[in-house]
Amino acid sequence: MLLQRIENIGESAIYHLHDLGRMGLFLLRTLLGGVKKPFRFTTMVRQIQEIGANSFGVIFFTAAFTGMVLGLQGYYTLRKFGSEGMLGSAVALSLLREMGPVLTALMVTGRAGSAMCAEVGIMRNSEQIDALECMAIDPLGYLVMPKVLATVISLPLLTMIFNVVGIFGGYLAGVKMLGVNPGAYFTGMELSVVNKDITMGLIKSVVFGLLIVWICTGRGYFVHQIRGAGYGAEAVSRVTTQAVVIASISILLWDYILTAILL
Amino acid sequence: MNEAPIIQLQDVVKSFGTQRILDRVSLDIYPGRTTVIAGGSGQGKSVTLKLILGLIKPDSGAILVHGRDITTMNRKELNEVRSNFGVLFQGAALLDSLSVFDNIALPLRERTELGREEIRQKVMATLIQLGLIGHEEKFPAQLSGGMKKRVGLARALQLQPDIMLFDEPTTGLDPEKTMEIYRLFHETQEKFAYTAIIVSHDIPKVFNLADQIVVLNHGKLVTFDNPEDIQLSSIPEIQAFVKTTMGHLYLSRELE
Repeated sequence: MLLQRIENIGESAIYHLHDLGRMGLFLLRTLLGGVKKPFRFTTMVRQIQEIGANSFGVIFFTAAFTGMVLGLQGYYTLRKFGSEGMLGSAVALSLLREMGPVLTALMVTGRAGSAMCAEVGIMRNSEQIDALECMAIDPLGYLVMPKVLATVISLPLLTMIFNVVGIFGGYLAGVKMLGVNPGAYFTGMELSVVNKDITMGLIKSVVFGLLIVWICTGRGYFVHQIRGAGYGAEAVSRVTTQAVVIASISILLWDYILTAILL
Repeated sequence: MNEAPIIQLQDVVKSFGTQRILDRVSLDIYPGRTTVIAGGSGQGKSVTLKLILGLIKPDSGAILVHGRDITTMNRKELNEVRSNFGVLFQGAALLDSLSVFDNIALPLRERTELGREEIRQKVMATLIQLGLIGHEEKFPAQLSGGMKKRVGLARALQLQPDIMLFDEPTTGLDPEKTMEIYRLFHETQEKFAYTAIIVSHDIPKVFNLADQIVVLNHGKLVTFDNPEDIQLSSIPEIQAFVKTTMGHLYLSRELE
Protein backbone atom coordinates (compact mmCIF):
# COMPACT_ATOMS: atom_id res chain seq x y z
CA MET A 1 0.00 0.00 0.00
CA LEU A 2 2.68 2.49 1.10
CA LEU A 3 5.04 1.31 -1.62
CA GLN A 4 2.27 1.73 -4.18
CA ARG A 5 1.72 5.33 -3.03
CA ILE A 6 5.43 6.10 -3.21
CA GLU A 7 5.53 4.53 -6.67
CA ASN A 8 2.60 6.69 -7.80
CA ILE A 9 4.22 9.86 -6.46
CA GLY A 10 7.49 8.95 -8.20
CA GLU A 11 5.72 8.15 -11.45
CA SER A 12 3.80 11.41 -11.30
CA ALA A 13 6.98 13.40 -10.57
CA ILE A 14 8.77 11.79 -13.52
CA TYR A 15 5.80 12.50 -15.81
CA HIS A 16 5.65 16.19 -14.80
CA LEU A 17 9.42 16.57 -15.14
CA HIS A 18 9.26 14.98 -18.58
CA ASP A 19 6.33 17.25 -19.50
CA LEU A 20 8.21 20.34 -18.35
CA GLY A 21 11.27 19.30 -20.36
CA ARG A 22 9.10 18.67 -23.43
CA MET A 23 7.44 22.08 -23.08
CA GLY A 24 10.82 23.76 -22.49
CA LEU A 25 12.26 22.24 -25.66
CA PHE A 26 9.09 23.24 -27.51
CA LEU A 27 9.62 26.89 -26.52
CA LEU A 28 13.33 26.76 -27.31
CA ARG A 29 12.77 25.17 -30.72
CA THR A 30 10.03 27.70 -31.51
CA LEU A 31 12.19 30.70 -30.60
CA LEU A 32 15.24 29.33 -32.42
CA GLY A 33 13.08 28.53 -35.44
CA GLY A 34 11.84 32.12 -35.41
CA VAL A 35 15.21 33.48 -36.43
CA LYS A 36 15.33 31.20 -39.47
CA LYS A 37 13.87 32.04 -42.88
CA PRO A 38 11.18 32.35 -44.12
CA PHE A 39 9.67 35.14 -42.03
CA ARG A 40 5.90 34.70 -42.34
CA PHE A 41 4.82 38.34 -42.25
CA THR A 42 1.32 37.88 -43.73
CA THR A 43 0.52 35.00 -41.36
CA MET A 44 1.73 37.10 -38.45
CA VAL A 45 -0.48 40.05 -39.46
CA ARG A 46 -3.47 37.69 -39.75
CA GLN A 47 -2.70 36.41 -36.25
CA ILE A 48 -2.43 39.98 -34.90
CA GLN A 49 -5.92 40.53 -36.24
CA GLU A 50 -7.18 37.30 -34.66
CA ILE A 51 -5.44 37.62 -31.29
CA GLY A 52 -5.22 41.41 -31.00
CA ALA A 53 -7.84 43.28 -33.02
CA ASN A 54 -10.60 40.73 -32.44
CA SER A 55 -10.00 40.94 -28.67
CA PHE A 56 -10.66 44.68 -28.66
CA GLY A 57 -14.36 44.39 -27.71
CA VAL A 58 -13.81 42.15 -24.72
CA ILE A 59 -10.87 44.28 -23.56
CA PHE A 60 -12.87 47.50 -23.93
CA PHE A 61 -15.81 46.30 -21.82
CA THR A 62 -13.62 44.62 -19.18
CA ALA A 63 -11.51 47.77 -18.88
CA ALA A 64 -14.51 50.12 -18.73
CA PHE A 65 -16.24 48.21 -15.92
CA THR A 66 -12.98 47.53 -14.04
CA GLY A 67 -12.23 51.26 -14.12
CA MET A 68 -15.74 52.10 -12.95
CA VAL A 69 -15.54 49.62 -10.06
CA LEU A 70 -12.13 51.03 -9.08
CA GLY A 71 -13.67 54.52 -9.21
CA LEU A 72 -16.54 53.50 -6.93
CA GLN A 73 -14.50 51.46 -4.45
CA GLY A 74 -11.68 54.00 -4.43
CA TYR A 75 -14.01 56.91 -3.83
CA TYR A 76 -15.73 55.36 -0.76
CA THR A 77 -12.40 54.19 0.70
CA LEU A 78 -10.57 57.49 0.13
CA ARG A 79 -13.54 59.52 1.44
CA LYS A 80 -12.99 57.97 4.88
CA PHE A 81 -9.62 59.77 4.94
CA GLY A 82 -10.86 62.88 3.17
CA SER A 83 -8.63 62.10 0.19
CA GLU A 84 -11.15 61.86 -2.68
CA GLY A 85 -8.77 64.04 -4.71
CA MET A 86 -6.35 61.10 -4.87
CA LEU A 87 -8.89 58.97 -6.78
CA GLY A 88 -7.27 59.57 -10.18
CA SER A 89 -3.87 58.48 -8.96
CA ALA A 90 -5.31 55.39 -7.19
CA VAL A 91 -7.18 54.27 -10.30
CA ALA A 92 -4.25 54.93 -12.65
CA LEU A 93 -1.61 53.22 -10.51
CA SER A 94 -3.82 50.16 -9.93
CA LEU A 95 -4.46 49.84 -13.63
CA LEU A 96 -0.99 50.60 -14.99
CA ARG A 97 0.94 48.42 -12.59
CA GLU A 98 -1.37 45.47 -11.95
CA MET A 99 -4.90 45.29 -13.23
CA GLY A 100 -4.22 46.39 -16.81
CA PRO A 101 -1.60 43.78 -17.71
CA VAL A 102 -3.13 41.00 -15.58
CA LEU A 103 -6.76 41.37 -16.67
CA THR A 104 -5.78 41.90 -20.32
CA ALA A 105 -3.69 38.71 -20.21
CA LEU A 106 -6.49 36.74 -18.53
CA MET A 107 -9.05 37.96 -21.08
CA VAL A 108 -6.75 37.13 -24.01
CA THR A 109 -6.11 33.69 -22.50
CA GLY A 110 -9.84 33.01 -22.37
CA ARG A 111 -10.58 34.38 -25.83
CA ALA A 112 -7.53 33.73 -27.99
CA GLY A 113 -5.44 31.29 -25.91
CA SER A 114 -8.20 28.69 -25.83
CA ALA A 115 -8.70 29.08 -29.59
CA MET A 116 -4.96 28.62 -30.22
CA CYS A 117 -4.87 25.47 -28.11
CA ALA A 118 -7.94 23.97 -29.80
CA GLU A 119 -6.68 24.85 -33.29
CA VAL A 120 -3.27 23.24 -32.78
CA GLY A 121 -4.83 20.25 -30.97
CA ILE A 122 -7.26 19.60 -33.82
CA MET A 123 -4.40 19.90 -36.31
CA ARG A 124 -2.47 17.32 -34.32
CA ASN A 125 -5.40 14.92 -34.15
CA SER A 126 -6.25 15.21 -37.85
CA GLU A 127 -2.60 14.52 -38.83
CA GLN A 128 -2.16 18.04 -40.25
CA ILE A 129 0.98 18.52 -38.14
CA ASP A 130 2.30 15.13 -39.32
CA ALA A 131 1.58 16.24 -42.89
CA LEU A 132 3.66 19.41 -42.37
CA GLU A 133 6.53 17.33 -40.99
CA CYS A 134 6.31 14.93 -43.93
CA MET A 135 6.58 17.90 -46.30
CA ALA A 136 9.73 18.88 -44.36
CA ILE A 137 8.01 22.05 -43.12
CA ASP A 138 8.82 22.88 -39.49
CA PRO A 139 5.41 22.96 -37.75
CA LEU A 140 6.75 25.23 -35.01
CA GLY A 141 8.05 27.80 -37.48
CA TYR A 142 4.95 27.55 -39.64
CA LEU A 143 2.25 27.37 -36.97
CA VAL A 144 3.54 28.55 -33.61
CA MET A 145 6.08 31.31 -34.31
CA PRO A 146 3.60 33.68 -36.04
CA LYS A 147 1.31 33.27 -33.01
CA VAL A 148 4.22 34.03 -30.62
CA LEU A 149 5.10 37.24 -32.46
CA ALA A 150 1.45 38.27 -32.83
CA THR A 151 0.71 37.75 -29.12
CA VAL A 152 3.88 39.49 -27.94
CA ILE A 153 3.05 42.47 -30.17
CA SER A 154 -0.70 42.54 -29.44
CA LEU A 155 -0.73 42.14 -25.68
CA PRO A 156 1.18 45.34 -24.76
CA LEU A 157 -1.04 47.29 -27.20
CA LEU A 158 -4.20 45.79 -25.70
CA THR A 159 -2.84 46.52 -22.22
CA MET A 160 -2.39 50.19 -23.12
CA ILE A 161 -5.93 50.31 -24.50
CA PHE A 162 -7.15 48.65 -21.29
CA ASN A 163 -5.35 51.26 -19.17
CA VAL A 164 -6.75 54.21 -21.09
CA VAL A 165 -10.32 52.87 -21.14
CA GLY A 166 -10.05 51.90 -17.44
CA ILE A 167 -8.90 55.39 -16.47
CA PHE A 168 -11.90 56.87 -18.29
CA GLY A 169 -14.16 54.29 -16.61
CA GLY A 170 -12.85 55.51 -13.23
CA TYR A 171 -13.43 59.09 -14.39
CA LEU A 172 -17.02 58.26 -15.31
CA ALA A 173 -17.77 56.70 -11.91
CA GLY A 174 -15.72 59.08 -9.74
CA VAL A 175 -16.16 62.43 -11.49
CA LYS A 176 -19.42 62.18 -13.42
CA MET A 177 -21.39 60.04 -10.95
CA LEU A 178 -19.88 60.83 -7.53
CA GLY A 179 -18.78 64.42 -8.07
CA VAL A 180 -14.99 64.26 -7.64
CA ASN A 181 -13.27 67.33 -9.03
CA PRO A 182 -12.13 66.53 -12.61
CA GLY A 183 -9.00 68.65 -12.28
CA ALA A 184 -8.01 66.81 -9.09
CA TYR A 185 -8.64 63.45 -10.79
CA PHE A 186 -6.19 64.13 -13.64
CA THR A 187 -3.69 66.25 -11.69
CA GLY A 188 -3.34 63.57 -9.00
CA MET A 189 -2.71 61.05 -11.73
CA GLU A 190 -0.12 63.23 -13.43
CA LEU A 191 1.77 63.79 -10.18
CA SER A 192 1.87 60.17 -9.03
CA VAL A 193 2.39 58.18 -12.23
CA VAL A 194 6.00 57.85 -13.37
CA ASN A 195 7.52 56.17 -16.43
CA LYS A 196 8.52 53.17 -14.36
CA ASP A 197 4.84 52.36 -13.70
CA ILE A 198 4.09 52.26 -17.43
CA THR A 199 7.27 50.28 -18.24
CA MET A 200 6.48 47.76 -15.51
CA GLY A 201 3.04 47.12 -16.99
CA LEU A 202 4.44 46.75 -20.48
CA ILE A 203 7.21 44.34 -19.41
CA LYS A 204 4.59 42.27 -17.64
CA SER A 205 2.36 42.18 -20.69
CA VAL A 206 5.22 40.96 -22.93
CA VAL A 207 6.03 38.16 -20.46
CA PHE A 208 2.35 37.25 -20.10
CA GLY A 209 1.99 37.18 -23.89
CA LEU A 210 4.85 34.70 -24.16
CA LEU A 211 3.36 32.59 -21.35
CA ILE A 212 -0.09 32.47 -22.99
CA VAL A 213 1.15 31.42 -26.42
CA TRP A 214 3.72 28.96 -25.02
CA ILE A 215 1.29 27.15 -22.74
CA CYS A 216 -1.72 27.20 -25.06
CA THR A 217 0.00 26.13 -28.28
CA GLY A 218 2.24 23.71 -26.38
CA ARG A 219 -0.68 21.87 -24.78
CA GLY A 220 -2.40 21.65 -28.16
CA TYR A 221 0.78 20.44 -29.86
CA PHE A 222 1.24 17.60 -27.36
CA VAL A 223 -2.48 16.77 -27.03
CA HIS A 224 -1.78 13.12 -27.88
CA GLN A 225 0.88 12.79 -25.16
CA ILE A 226 -0.87 14.38 -22.20
CA ARG A 227 -1.69 11.90 -19.48
CA GLY A 228 -5.37 11.37 -18.82
CA ALA A 229 -6.50 13.63 -21.68
CA GLY A 230 -8.13 10.80 -23.60
CA TYR A 231 -8.47 10.74 -27.36
CA GLY A 232 -9.96 12.74 -30.23
CA ALA A 233 -12.32 15.65 -29.63
CA GLU A 234 -12.55 14.85 -25.90
CA ALA A 235 -8.78 15.20 -25.56
CA VAL A 236 -8.79 18.57 -27.34
CA SER A 237 -11.58 19.80 -25.08
CA ARG A 238 -9.84 18.66 -21.87
CA VAL A 239 -6.45 19.96 -22.91
CA THR A 240 -7.94 23.34 -23.89
CA THR A 241 -9.48 23.69 -20.43
CA GLN A 242 -6.18 22.62 -18.88
CA ALA A 243 -4.25 25.14 -20.99
CA VAL A 244 -6.50 28.03 -19.93
CA VAL A 245 -6.21 27.07 -16.25
CA ILE A 246 -2.41 26.63 -16.36
CA ALA A 247 -1.93 29.86 -18.33
CA SER A 248 -4.14 31.84 -15.93
CA ILE A 249 -2.34 30.53 -12.84
CA SER A 250 1.05 31.13 -14.49
CA ILE A 251 0.06 34.73 -15.24
CA LEU A 252 -0.80 35.34 -11.57
CA LEU A 253 2.37 33.59 -10.40
CA TRP A 254 4.61 35.53 -12.78
CA ASP A 255 2.80 38.74 -11.87
CA TYR A 256 4.02 38.29 -8.31
CA ILE A 257 7.56 37.38 -9.42
CA LEU A 258 7.81 40.33 -11.81
CA THR A 259 6.35 42.77 -9.27
CA ALA A 260 8.89 41.63 -6.69
CA ILE A 261 11.71 42.07 -9.21
CA LEU A 262 10.59 45.33 -10.83
CA LEU A 263 9.39 47.29 -7.82
CA MET B 1 16.98 -8.95 -57.19
CA ASN B 2 20.00 -7.04 -58.52
CA GLU B 3 18.85 -3.56 -57.52
CA ALA B 4 19.58 -2.20 -54.07
CA PRO B 5 16.49 -1.68 -51.88
CA ILE B 6 15.28 1.92 -51.65
CA ILE B 7 13.93 1.29 -48.13
CA GLN B 8 15.10 -1.34 -45.65
CA LEU B 9 13.72 -2.19 -42.24
CA GLN B 10 16.29 -4.16 -40.25
CA ASP B 11 15.21 -5.97 -37.08
CA VAL B 12 12.86 -3.15 -36.13
CA VAL B 13 11.23 -3.36 -32.70
CA LYS B 14 8.50 -0.95 -31.59
CA SER B 15 6.41 -1.13 -28.44
CA PHE B 16 3.80 1.16 -26.93
CA GLY B 17 3.76 0.63 -23.18
CA THR B 18 3.80 -3.10 -22.61
CA GLN B 19 2.38 -3.92 -26.04
CA ARG B 20 4.96 -4.93 -28.64
CA ILE B 21 3.64 -3.78 -32.02
CA LEU B 22 6.60 -4.74 -34.21
CA ASP B 23 8.89 -7.55 -33.16
CA ARG B 24 12.22 -7.68 -35.03
CA VAL B 25 10.62 -6.84 -38.36
CA SER B 26 12.77 -6.79 -41.52
CA LEU B 27 11.61 -5.70 -44.95
CA ASP B 28 13.22 -4.68 -48.25
CA ILE B 29 11.37 -2.36 -50.64
CA TYR B 30 12.76 -2.02 -54.15
CA PRO B 31 12.60 1.06 -56.39
CA GLY B 32 9.67 1.46 -58.76
CA ARG B 33 7.71 -1.38 -57.15
CA THR B 34 4.44 -1.32 -55.25
CA THR B 35 4.37 -2.86 -51.79
CA VAL B 36 1.07 -3.43 -50.04
CA ILE B 37 1.10 -3.67 -46.25
CA ALA B 38 -1.94 -5.55 -44.98
CA GLY B 39 -3.06 -6.93 -41.64
CA GLY B 40 -5.82 -6.70 -39.09
CA SER B 41 -6.58 -3.63 -36.99
CA GLY B 42 -3.92 -2.72 -34.43
CA GLN B 43 -1.27 -4.91 -36.08
CA GLY B 44 1.06 -1.95 -36.69
CA LYS B 45 0.48 -1.05 -40.34
CA SER B 46 0.26 2.72 -39.76
CA VAL B 47 3.07 2.48 -37.18
CA THR B 48 5.26 0.97 -39.92
CA LEU B 49 4.47 3.93 -42.19
CA LYS B 50 5.24 6.43 -39.42
CA LEU B 51 8.54 4.67 -38.74
CA ILE B 52 9.50 4.87 -42.43
CA LEU B 53 8.64 8.58 -42.39
CA GLY B 54 10.69 9.16 -39.23
CA LEU B 55 7.63 10.50 -37.38
CA ILE B 56 8.33 8.00 -34.61
CA LYS B 57 11.54 6.22 -33.68
CA PRO B 58 11.89 2.45 -33.23
CA ASP B 59 12.97 1.01 -29.87
CA SER B 60 15.73 -0.85 -31.70
CA GLY B 61 16.73 -1.76 -35.24
CA ALA B 62 17.55 0.35 -38.28
CA ILE B 63 15.48 1.96 -41.04
CA LEU B 64 17.47 2.73 -44.17
CA VAL B 65 16.25 5.07 -46.89
CA HIS B 66 18.56 5.22 -49.91
CA GLY B 67 21.05 3.33 -47.73
CA ARG B 68 21.09 5.91 -44.90
CA ASP B 69 19.79 5.06 -41.42
CA ILE B 70 17.09 7.59 -40.57
CA THR B 71 16.83 6.52 -36.91
CA THR B 72 20.11 8.26 -36.07
CA MET B 73 19.51 11.40 -38.12
CA ASN B 74 18.99 14.90 -36.75
CA ARG B 75 15.99 17.00 -37.79
CA LYS B 76 17.78 18.69 -40.69
CA GLU B 77 19.02 15.41 -42.19
CA LEU B 78 15.59 13.87 -41.70
CA ASN B 79 13.98 16.77 -43.56
CA GLU B 80 16.35 16.14 -46.49
CA VAL B 81 15.26 12.49 -46.58
CA ARG B 82 11.60 13.49 -46.29
CA SER B 83 11.96 15.55 -49.46
CA ASN B 84 11.97 12.15 -51.25
CA PHE B 85 8.61 11.23 -49.77
CA GLY B 86 5.04 12.03 -50.68
CA VAL B 87 2.30 10.95 -48.32
CA LEU B 88 -1.42 10.53 -48.80
CA PHE B 89 -2.87 10.36 -45.30
CA GLN B 90 -5.99 8.41 -44.35
CA GLY B 91 -8.05 11.57 -43.88
CA ALA B 92 -5.95 13.46 -46.47
CA ALA B 93 -4.67 15.77 -43.66
CA LEU B 94 -5.30 18.94 -45.65
CA LEU B 95 -4.71 22.18 -43.77
CA ASP B 96 -8.21 23.35 -42.80
CA SER B 97 -7.39 27.03 -42.98
CA LEU B 98 -6.03 26.89 -46.54
CA SER B 99 -7.97 26.66 -49.81
CA VAL B 100 -7.48 23.75 -52.21
CA PHE B 101 -5.11 25.89 -54.28
CA ASP B 102 -3.07 26.96 -51.25
CA ASN B 103 -2.90 23.39 -49.91
CA ILE B 104 -1.45 22.15 -53.21
CA ALA B 105 0.87 25.15 -53.49
CA LEU B 106 2.13 24.79 -49.90
CA PRO B 107 5.12 22.44 -50.54
CA LEU B 108 6.17 24.53 -53.55
CA ARG B 109 6.03 27.77 -51.55
CA GLU B 110 7.83 26.33 -48.56
CA ARG B 111 10.35 24.00 -50.15
CA THR B 112 11.28 25.58 -53.48
CA GLU B 113 12.49 28.93 -54.77
CA LEU B 114 9.81 29.07 -57.49
CA GLY B 115 8.12 32.39 -58.21
CA ARG B 116 4.42 33.08 -57.73
CA GLU B 117 3.54 32.64 -61.42
CA GLU B 118 5.49 29.38 -61.77
CA ILE B 119 3.75 28.00 -58.69
CA ARG B 120 0.37 29.03 -60.06
CA GLN B 121 1.05 27.29 -63.37
CA LYS B 122 2.25 24.10 -61.70
CA VAL B 123 -0.74 23.98 -59.35
CA MET B 124 -3.19 24.67 -62.18
CA ALA B 125 -1.63 21.86 -64.24
CA THR B 126 -2.10 19.46 -61.30
CA LEU B 127 -5.66 20.64 -60.76
CA ILE B 128 -6.45 19.85 -64.40
CA GLN B 129 -4.70 16.46 -64.26
CA LEU B 130 -6.59 15.36 -61.15
CA GLY B 131 -9.96 16.77 -62.24
CA LEU B 132 -10.05 19.43 -59.53
CA ILE B 133 -10.42 22.49 -61.73
CA GLY B 134 -13.19 24.77 -60.48
CA HIS B 135 -12.65 23.68 -56.88
CA GLU B 136 -9.43 25.58 -56.23
CA GLU B 137 -11.06 28.27 -54.08
CA LYS B 138 -12.91 25.79 -51.88
CA PHE B 139 -11.78 24.87 -48.37
CA PRO B 140 -11.29 21.25 -47.17
CA ALA B 141 -14.51 21.38 -45.13
CA GLN B 142 -16.44 21.99 -48.38
CA LEU B 143 -15.03 18.89 -50.14
CA SER B 144 -16.24 15.29 -50.31
CA GLY B 145 -14.02 12.47 -49.01
CA GLY B 146 -12.94 11.45 -52.52
CA MET B 147 -12.12 15.01 -53.49
CA LYS B 148 -10.07 15.50 -50.31
CA LYS B 149 -8.01 12.43 -51.23
CA ARG B 150 -7.43 13.82 -54.72
CA VAL B 151 -6.24 17.13 -53.26
CA GLY B 152 -4.05 15.20 -50.81
CA LEU B 153 -2.57 13.24 -53.72
CA ALA B 154 -2.02 16.44 -55.71
CA ARG B 155 -0.20 18.02 -52.76
CA ALA B 156 1.91 14.91 -52.18
CA LEU B 157 3.03 14.84 -55.82
CA GLN B 158 4.06 18.50 -56.09
CA LEU B 159 7.72 17.89 -55.28
CA GLN B 160 7.82 14.78 -57.52
CA PRO B 161 8.77 12.32 -54.77
CA ASP B 162 10.69 9.05 -55.34
CA ILE B 163 8.56 7.29 -52.78
CA MET B 164 4.80 7.62 -52.22
CA LEU B 165 3.15 6.32 -49.07
CA PHE B 166 -0.59 5.74 -49.03
CA ASP B 167 -2.28 5.27 -45.66
CA GLU B 168 -5.65 3.58 -46.26
CA PRO B 169 -6.22 5.53 -49.51
CA THR B 170 -9.74 4.24 -50.10
CA THR B 171 -11.13 3.97 -46.57
CA GLY B 172 -14.55 5.61 -46.31
CA LEU B 173 -15.00 5.95 -50.08
CA ASP B 174 -17.79 4.40 -52.15
CA PRO B 175 -16.82 1.85 -54.87
CA GLU B 176 -16.91 4.48 -57.61
CA LYS B 177 -14.57 6.84 -55.75
CA THR B 178 -12.36 3.88 -54.79
CA MET B 179 -11.91 2.97 -58.45
CA GLU B 180 -11.15 6.61 -59.22
CA ILE B 181 -8.38 6.68 -56.62
CA TYR B 182 -6.88 3.48 -58.07
CA ARG B 183 -7.08 4.97 -61.56
CA LEU B 184 -5.24 8.08 -60.33
CA PHE B 185 -2.71 5.85 -58.61
CA HIS B 186 -2.03 4.04 -61.92
CA GLU B 187 -1.79 7.28 -63.88
CA THR B 188 0.47 9.08 -61.43
CA GLN B 189 2.75 6.09 -60.87
CA GLU B 190 3.15 5.72 -64.62
CA LYS B 191 3.96 9.42 -64.93
CA PHE B 192 6.25 9.87 -61.91
CA ALA B 193 7.60 6.28 -61.64
CA TYR B 194 7.55 6.40 -57.86
CA THR B 195 7.99 3.54 -55.43
CA ALA B 196 4.65 2.98 -53.71
CA ILE B 197 3.88 1.69 -50.25
CA ILE B 198 0.17 1.18 -49.64
CA VAL B 199 -1.38 0.38 -46.29
CA SER B 200 -4.88 -0.83 -46.99
CA HIS B 201 -7.85 -2.81 -45.78
CA ASP B 202 -9.27 -2.80 -49.29
CA ILE B 203 -8.39 -6.40 -50.03
CA PRO B 204 -8.37 -8.06 -52.58
CA LYS B 205 -8.68 -4.97 -54.83
CA VAL B 206 -5.44 -3.45 -53.63
CA PHE B 207 -3.61 -6.77 -54.18
CA ASN B 208 -4.01 -6.26 -57.94
CA LEU B 209 -1.71 -3.26 -57.66
CA ALA B 210 0.96 -5.04 -55.66
CA ASP B 211 4.36 -6.32 -56.69
CA GLN B 212 4.93 -7.41 -53.11
CA ILE B 213 2.49 -8.02 -50.28
CA VAL B 214 3.44 -7.99 -46.63
CA VAL B 215 1.07 -9.08 -43.90
CA LEU B 216 1.63 -7.94 -40.33
CA ASN B 217 0.60 -10.53 -37.82
CA HIS B 218 1.21 -10.26 -34.06
CA GLY B 219 4.26 -8.05 -34.54
CA LYS B 220 5.81 -10.30 -37.20
CA LEU B 221 5.88 -9.65 -40.90
CA VAL B 222 5.24 -12.25 -43.59
CA THR B 223 6.12 -11.37 -47.18
CA PHE B 224 4.35 -12.76 -50.27
CA ASP B 225 5.03 -12.18 -53.96
CA ASN B 226 1.41 -12.48 -55.07
CA PRO B 227 -2.12 -12.85 -53.63
CA GLU B 228 -2.29 -16.59 -54.46
CA ASP B 229 0.65 -17.26 -52.14
CA ILE B 230 -1.27 -15.67 -49.26
CA GLN B 231 -4.18 -18.02 -49.78
CA LEU B 232 -1.81 -20.97 -49.66
CA SER B 233 -0.18 -19.81 -46.42
CA SER B 234 -0.12 -22.41 -43.66
CA ILE B 235 -0.04 -19.81 -40.85
CA PRO B 236 -3.43 -20.05 -39.06
CA GLU B 237 -3.64 -16.27 -38.38
CA ILE B 238 -2.92 -15.50 -42.05
CA GLN B 239 -5.57 -18.04 -43.08
CA ALA B 240 -8.07 -16.35 -40.76
CA PHE B 241 -7.11 -12.93 -42.15
CA VAL B 242 -7.54 -14.19 -45.72
CA LYS B 243 -10.95 -15.68 -44.93
CA THR B 244 -12.13 -12.42 -43.38
CA THR B 245 -10.73 -9.99 -45.91
CA MET B 246 -10.83 -12.04 -49.11
CA GLY B 247 -14.05 -13.88 -48.31
CA HIS B 248 -15.63 -13.63 -51.76
CA LEU B 249 -12.53 -14.71 -53.61
CA TYR B 250 -11.87 -17.52 -51.17
CA LEU B 251 -15.40 -18.89 -51.28
CA SER B 252 -15.63 -18.78 -55.07
CA ARG B 253 -12.38 -20.70 -55.36
CA GLU B 254 -13.56 -23.32 -52.84
CA LEU B 255 -16.83 -23.75 -54.81
CA GLU B 256 -14.86 -24.19 -58.03
